[in-house]
Amino acid sequence: MGYRKVAVVGAGMTKFVRRSLETGKELSFEASHMALESCQLTLDQIQSVVFGSAPDAFDGVHMKGEYISDGAGAFRKPYMRSYVGGGTGVFTPIQGWWHVASGMFDTCLVVCEEKMSPCQPHPQGAFLTIFDHTTERPLGPNLLWIFALEMNRYMHRHGITEQDIAQVAVKNKKNALDHPCAQIGREVSIDDVMNSEVLAWPVKRLDISPVSDGACAIVLASEEVAKRITDKPVWFEGVGWNLETAYWTNRDLYYPKQVEYAARMAYEMAGIREPRKEINIVEPYDPFDYKELHHLEGLLLCDKGKAPELTRSGVTARNGDMPVCPSGGLLGVGNPIAAAGLMKICELFWQLRGEAGKRQVPGSPRRGLAQAWGDLMQVGTVVVLGR
Amino acid sequence: MGILEKVADNRETKAWYGDIPVQHLYTAGVAGERFLSEIRDNGKILGTLCEKCNFVYVPPMIYCERCFARLTEWVPVSHKGVVESFTVGYIDMDGKPLPEPRVMAVINLDGATSSLVHFLEEIEPDDITFGMEVEAVFRPKGERKGSILDISHFRPVG
Amino acid sequence: MGIKLTERPQAQASGMETLEFKGTALSDEEFKGGKVVTVSGAPNAQYGWDAGVAIGRFLHELKEGRLIGTFCRSCNRIMVPPRMFCEWCFRNTDEWAPLKDTGVVNTFSLCYVTWDMKRLKEPEMPAVIEIDGASPGMGIMHLLGEVDPKKVQIGMKVRAVWKPADEREGAITDIKYFKPM
Repeated sequence: MGYRKVAVVGAGMTKFVRRSLETGKELSFEASHMALESCQLTLDQIQSVVFGSAPDAFDGVHMKGEYISDGAGAFRKPYMRSYVGGGTGVFTPIQGWWHVASGMFDTCLVVCEEKMSPCQPHPQGAFLTIFDHTTERPLGPNLLWIFALEMNRYMHRHGITEQDIAQVAVKNKKNALDHPCAQIGREVSIDDVMNSEVLAWPVKRLDISPVSDGACAIVLASEEVAKRITDKPVWFEGVGWNLETAYWTNRDLYYPKQVEYAARMAYEMAGIREPRKEINIVEPYDPFDYKELHHLEGLLLCDKGKAPELTRSGVTARNGDMPVCPSGGLLGVGNPIAAAGLMKICELFWQLRGEAGKRQVPGSPRRGLAQAWGDLMQVGTVVVLGR
Repeated sequence: MGILEKVADNRETKAWYGDIPVQHLYTAGVAGERFLSEIRDNGKILGTLCEKCNFVYVPPMIYCERCFARLTEWVPVSHKGVVESFTVGYIDMDGKPLPEPRVMAVINLDGATSSLVHFLEEIEPDDITFGMEVEAVFRPKGERKGSILDISHFRPVG
Repeated sequence: MGIKLTERPQAQASGMETLEFKGTALSDEEFKGGKVVTVSGAPNAQYGWDAGVAIGRFLHELKEGRLIGTFCRSCNRIMVPPRMFCEWCFRNTDEWAPLKDTGVVNTFSLCYVTWDMKRLKEPEMPAVIEIDGASPGMGIMHLLGEVDPKKVQIGMKVRAVWKPADEREGAITDIKYFKPM
């Protein structure tokens, strides 16, 4: 296909915190400013801006893309906001990619922000309307239901236990101890997860990522410009996205087919035939611990039902054969929805450049994958980056 | 056969009623914190200056949206300014008549480059003119809460 | 294109340790206790969502104590919740299809919290229930009842427990819950 090569040349992020003093604009500025400084570009060298953020109802600011735009460096620039629920953080860089790949722009600033703390009494209130207003909402659902229903189905189909799944929370929260922006990096045991408060069985308190405020940003450039900006461009090798039916009670929740379709699209573009051998680092979406396993299977990085074994045997540990969420993931770093997805892209950027500090995975990884998931459990978004 | 149906009588349509049960608690942010605290505690209106762009932001921002520099220079601006535009509101949010018409004005404070929006009172709507000089009326110190409403309104100078 | 790049930037200080990450965490007390300046508000919006043609009929049937789906002749699926068009074939569905009020638990949860994270003594038991008479895998979300939470299982046969006819209003809640058969 006739598109141009696109590189990530800079990255920045804020700390992820339960509630920030900074406004959404200010968080966006801090992440964007850091990303620009990291590649020594100034705002006048940015030709386009894309911005990702999840429901307006979190911030309580309608059209928040437009409201926050100046903090994302979009003053008098071509600007777009994208929103595909939880998948936004990995979809927004895809949108940035086509801004540059198409030849329209040589540079694009990609910013994702979420400020969930304004939403009272609980950000879940903003989520209730994702359920069908007539056939589901009258039953008084809460968001945990759909995760619990999916997790239970996944466990049931493969005979997976809650302990198997708890390993992921243990791993990611520990990885996050090494992330300077992490909200809840800590050492926990499988027993700690098992004994934490049952919220919506099988989901327990420590199976879940926290509510967070934060922002991330990356700078994209065309091949020619990227090579003038940095010695270490990180290239987009593949992108993919896909949407399942909104009739979520009409499909088998044990397997995220939309993630598989998105992954196949990205692999084809990247020329990847054997993803298990050709992808060195994975940052799958992990708002709940079972989701990491679910997504590894959807990404074809292991057989259906076998992801817990990879975790148990240490394959997915930071020093394992296929490190998964070396950042600490949403479970450890935090989950400001859209920003959390872009955090995964930032992590790949730093890892592939060998700049991840204490989190650096061994063996000079060449290629990494980030994935997010969302809407009514429908969307899969995948980016493959390589150096 | 399709199963498209025509609704002959609107009363036959069924709707389901609900809301989105959220309320919001916003921080004022790094810039807003200082801006509003200064109004509350000292009755002063501050802006931030971008020297490069020669621009004073009121309300202040921690960055210049034009050049993206971090702004650290805080400058007091005048309580007085001029009316750049205004509108007279006769109805509330739900379309009900207001007991008294209410004037919202865009006001450019002396010393500021950007303008802010606030109430304009103590004047008949018919007497308002563009470029008219107005001044901030602060609430008594004990009643200020760190809100843009600590300035209760603007009024004509003199 | 019009990007002015001056000198190629020098190799930069790299690595996490040299980076400064911004972001100021507030405690609950600072945030809600008035230690920082805050403003509150609510969107104050209420909605009336039209049920539409297919769900309108579905609600009407619920009032009569029946479940109904729609049939697509092209893919041979009987779908519930009913819809006016088949999203696979992208054509109008062909017929209404009466369904039974029994089914099989496809998945379930035992939920001990409300959406605003208040604790429940007895769990709510949401489930996806595959409805008998619809195509395999066609489920709806509903609640389970009259069953010990410990005994709920995937694959369990269940039946709708209806509100008395004079209390039914044409709503999904005209079925109180599903109970084991």
